[in-house]
Amino acid sequence: MKFLAQAAVGLGVAMLAAMPARADDIKPAVVFDLGGKFDKSFNQGVAGGADKFTKETGIKYTDFVATNDTQFEQAHRRFAERGQDPIIGVGFAQADAVGKVAKDFPKTRWTIIDGIANLPNVQSVLFKEHEGSFLVGIAAAMKTKTGKVGFVGGMDIPLIRRFQCGYEQGVKWANPKIEIIANMTGTTPSAWNDPARAAELAKGQFERGVDIIYAAAGASGLGVYQAAVDNKKLAIGVDSNQNYLHPGTMLTSMVKHVDVAAYNSFMAAKNGTWKPGISVLGLKEGGVDWALDQYNEKLITPAMKAKIEQAKADIIDGKIKVVDYMASNNCKY
Amino acid sequence: MRVPLPRWADMALIPVANVVLALFAAGLIVLIIGENPLKAVRIMVAGALGDSEGVGYTLYYATNYIFTGLAVAVAFHAGLFNIGGEGQAYLGGLGVGLVLLAFDRVLPLAALIPLAVLAAALFGAAWAFIPAYLQAYRGSHIVITTIMFNFLASALMVYLMVNVLIAPHQMSPESRELAPGAWLPQVKPVLAAIGVTVARSPLNLSFLLALLACVGVWAYLWHTPWGYELRTVGQSERAAVYAGVKPGRIIVVAMLVSGALAGFVGVNEIMGVHHRLLLNFNLGYGFTGIAVALMGRNHPVGVVLAGLLFGILSQGGAELAFEIPAITPEMIVVIQGLIILFSGALANFSRPFFERVFAATARA
Repeated sequence: MKFLAQAAVGLGVAMLAAMPARADDIKPAVVFDLGGKFDKSFNQGVAGGADKFTKETGIKYTDFVATNDTQFEQAHRRFAERGQDPIIGVGFAQADAVGKVAKDFPKTRWTIIDGIANLPNVQSVLFKEHEGSFLVGIAAAMKTKTGKVGFVGGMDIPLIRRFQCGYEQGVKWANPKIEIIANMTGTTPSAWNDPARAAELAKGQFERGVDIIYAAAGASGLGVYQAAVDNKKLAIGVDSNQNYLHPGTMLTSMVKHVDVAAYNSFMAAKNGTWKPGISVLGLKEGGVDWALDQYNEKLITPAMKAKIEQAKADIIDGKIKVVDYMASNNCKY
Repeated sequence: MRVPLPRWADMALIPVANVVLALFAAGLIVLIIGENPLKAVRIMVAGALGDSEGVGYTLYYATNYIFTGLAVAVAFHAGLFNIGGEGQAYLGGLGVGLVLLAFDRVLPLAALIPLAVLAAALFGAAWAFIPAYLQAYRGSHIVITTIMFNFLASALMVYLMVNVLIAPHQMSPESRELAPGAWLPQVKPVLAAIGVTVARSPLNLSFLLALLACVGVWAYLWHTPWGYELRTVGQSERAAVYAGVKPGRIIVVAMLVSGALAGFVGVNEIMGVHHRLLLNFNLGYGFTGIAVALMGRNHPVGVVLAGLLFGILSQGGAELAFEIPAITPEMIVVIQGLIILFSGALANFSRPFFERVFAATARA
């Protein structure tokens, strides 16, 4: 009996919490990628943006972490049936599922991050990771003392090669003589969450004379940053601003504002300004950037800062064209 | 005093008791994180079996688990522990994808289905062949080699998908979509044709293939001389040699059959659900197949039942994550892990208890 009463009270509280505060409130939802909500990187960036929205508006969002590819469609369909709107799909792997479900629910609004679904009720948000990577490549090229810089990717997929390709162009633009050593952490999705293996790769690169490594490997990158601390070398963070993780050995971070994309989608839906279509966010749009803050300002010399800012302005003006690996599936520049 | 358990108790009572124990342990964990375990079970069962959509998803997952469970069971009867279902399923899917990408616009579905099934079997079997050969004639332990072949399979798939088979101008490493004429019919339209309405789900005709495979494995293992030889090698290799059986050949054949069965996962995933070649469609099915076979006592009927149970856990688990946000995917894995622990590693945990009970009732 007591148990029933508890359950009833619990249900009541849950219903109160679910009651919309105002009639025009939205019911946002997020479907996270296989990496999980707390990967300290890509998914968590989206969660951060959504949390910020909740904090400012008091509107809670529902989420679901998929554990296999078949669940993407299931989750989007379920959320749409429940009347959740807008719904964010995190990661390119969901583009296909969003495309299918969005056709069946033309009144529900979707935002797909890192993927494209061409429908009148879908907003596709892409990032020019190569432009941001170009800038951190310059930082690495100007900072290295050994003339060798490194790259550690996560799973070997075109998206990560785009990071690598932009980075290489930045390095070579700043100093064509510098050698680049690149490794990928693995070929299975566990490559996104294998800091031990990434650390081994980083150590291997350090032993071959590399003194700065750019990691684009999700949670595996944490292993690279730790290896940089242990070996007194430098590392470059990715996706979120990770400078604060190890002040003194984090040279900079290539920031990809997935949080802003998530926040903007929810906020626009709330304010009635939500628009479908494809937006590609580069340096010009503030979608990607390099990070300079109190944690790394001692590592960045005025000359470096000037050169990076110059390159940034040139990319925005179109004077420097950064080749996109995914445009042609190769890195010729 | 202990007496051997009656057959029905061994086959049914102990597995059920183990599942109940596992659910009880899982319930305690749900209680610890502050949720109501009864509500959780209700959501799981209702989500997996409560409507035609849930049943569809459950049977779709069960299809994969039956394939990989059978694969492990066949190898196990030959005394082999095939940990490579994951990679064999991956390669099976590759075979299906390659055949369909080549012929989807030329051949009719009636011709594509047998071709795809054959390709899945051939590719899966081929991936099992090298570990089998190394075990049979070079003494390399099959557990080690099949595990390593899982990694080789995923490396191969990533290479092919990223560099060779990727459809031009797109973000994710996926092939082009197959022509609709090459899709294995899903159950919804098939049942609609005979006037039965069910909700949309990924369940497709490969479920029938899974049931056929069960019958085939049963007939092969217990009603053919080859199956008899295979089981003899599994029970006692020396006795088999004495009886004139060549164990090396049997090991290779058993692994080929095992790999082919695991490869059928590719038919379900590529031809039945995703309709394109992609990465990671095999994720976890090969490993869970080990638990399915253990739980199903390596018998096709048991594998079907265990496959259904794991299907319920997969689909019910997803529903649980939808309905109770505090229960994360990791919690679902814990619950599934407990069931594997209790029915696999601790399979004999409850046996002494039941043996005493039966001994007592026999005396009475």
